[in-house]
Amino acid sequence: MAGRDAAADVTDDAGARDRRTVLSGVLFGAGVAASIVDLFVFHLGLQWHHFYDLSTTQVALAADGVFHAVGWFVTVWGLFLLADVRRRAEVSWARWVGAVVAGLGGFQLLDGVLNHKILGIHQIRYEVDLLVYDVVWIGTAVVALVVGLVVLRRARPGRPRPAGPA
Amino acid sequence: MHPHEHVPAAGPPLLTVVAVVALVVGAAAYAAGLRAARARSPWPARRTLCWYAGLACAGAATVGPLAEASRSSFTAHMAGHVLLGMLTPLLLVLAAPVSLLLRALPAARARRVSAALRSPAARVVGHPVVAGLLAAGGLWLLYTTGLFHRAHASAPVGLVVHAHVLLAGWLLTASLVGPDPHPSRATFRVRAIVLVGFVAAHSVLAKWLYAHPPAGVSAADARAGAQLMYYAGDVVDVALMVLLVSGWYAATRPRDLAPARVRERTGLA
Repeated sequence: MAGRDAAADVTDDAGARDRRTVLSGVLFGAGVAASIVDLFVFHLGLQWHHFYDLSTTQVALAADGVFHAVGWFVTVWGLFLLADVRRRAEVSWARWVGAVVAGLGGFQLLDGVLNHKILGIHQIRYEVDLLVYDVVWIGTAVVALVVGLVVLRRARPGRPRPAGPA
Repeated sequence: MHPHEHVPAAGPPLLTVVAVVALVVGAAAYAAGLRAARARSPWPARRTLCWYAGLACAGAATVGPLAEASRSSFTAHMAGHVLLGMLTPLLLVLAAPVSLLLRALPAARARRVSAALRSPAARVVGHPVVAGLLAAGGLWLLYTTGLFHRAHASAPVGLVVHAHVLLAGWLLTASLVGPDPHPSRATFRVRAIVLVGFVAAHSVLAKWLYAHPPAGVSAADARAGAQLMYYAGDVVDVALMVLLVSGWYAATRPRDLAPARVRERTGLA
């Protein structure tokens, strides 16, 4: 990642700091959705998800492992990137929160479409009519993504402009 | 794979004897290092604590009730695997044994040690990609071939498997994180990719074991063991990620933080 030279650029360049703020938020939001929400809400809390439903192809199983590993890594990395921006300058919290919500929605959308429907790694819940679950899952993901993008746009650095459609 | 289940332990417990000797040597060597370097700057107590906690984990995995139970229970075997292959290496790496050795030795011999650490062979074996392949490859061989069965049936094979799990895990952990000097530390990007790849391989293997119990292991035991491997592995993996990224955070610290923040606050940036 960034070595000494790149680090110096980030200190001096407000644009680079802003990109790092957004990157931090997106990574953290997506990571939280992939690792923490999935584990604590769907596996441990609701117990809708199973550890492994035994219906998975080899490719989907490998993809699931990569998602799992990347999910935890970007959660940790996103937080350290935030700490890095914060030790250099004031953090634009609206910008970061917008990026977190967009990252969360973006990941849930990817999970709901790619993992659940295309790869078929696992379903949201078993022995129920899935349609309503899929619609709610993908719908809330799209709403979160749009809300995150709108907040991100409104919190853009530089000259204030009237907020347009996201 | 052979359908022979519950192979009785052959002869004296070779693993126990070797493990006790190794633990005593490890405990004495670190103490000797502390004693030899006692005139120098204070050695952080947390490092000493990590070393002996690491030895205790290795002992729990190889000697005593857990090691005994792992002959018949896959879940106990997996608890020992996570202790010996993941938690022990992390604690031993955090104890900075190479730094202690270099402090304890006279200058001429310390230079020979650091020359050996910089040798081409040490660079290859110490590279995270090589160490990651050794660790992940060993695990896949152990659980997807007849090796698991043979390691239980033959004491020497079992000893080699335990030694490989510990040493490959130690090598991988040391190549990724830790306070010790590393002859050719890979870039943050390479170490991050290796760590993510290893965590992915480990979690895929855990789910594969959930569906495919090794010969002689019941489905319920395999499922409990696989979930232990997955979730306990996650705890150590996330600790490794925090250590790796905090290393990046420390290495990219701006030389002078204050002026940047002042410029930003006063609008002069």
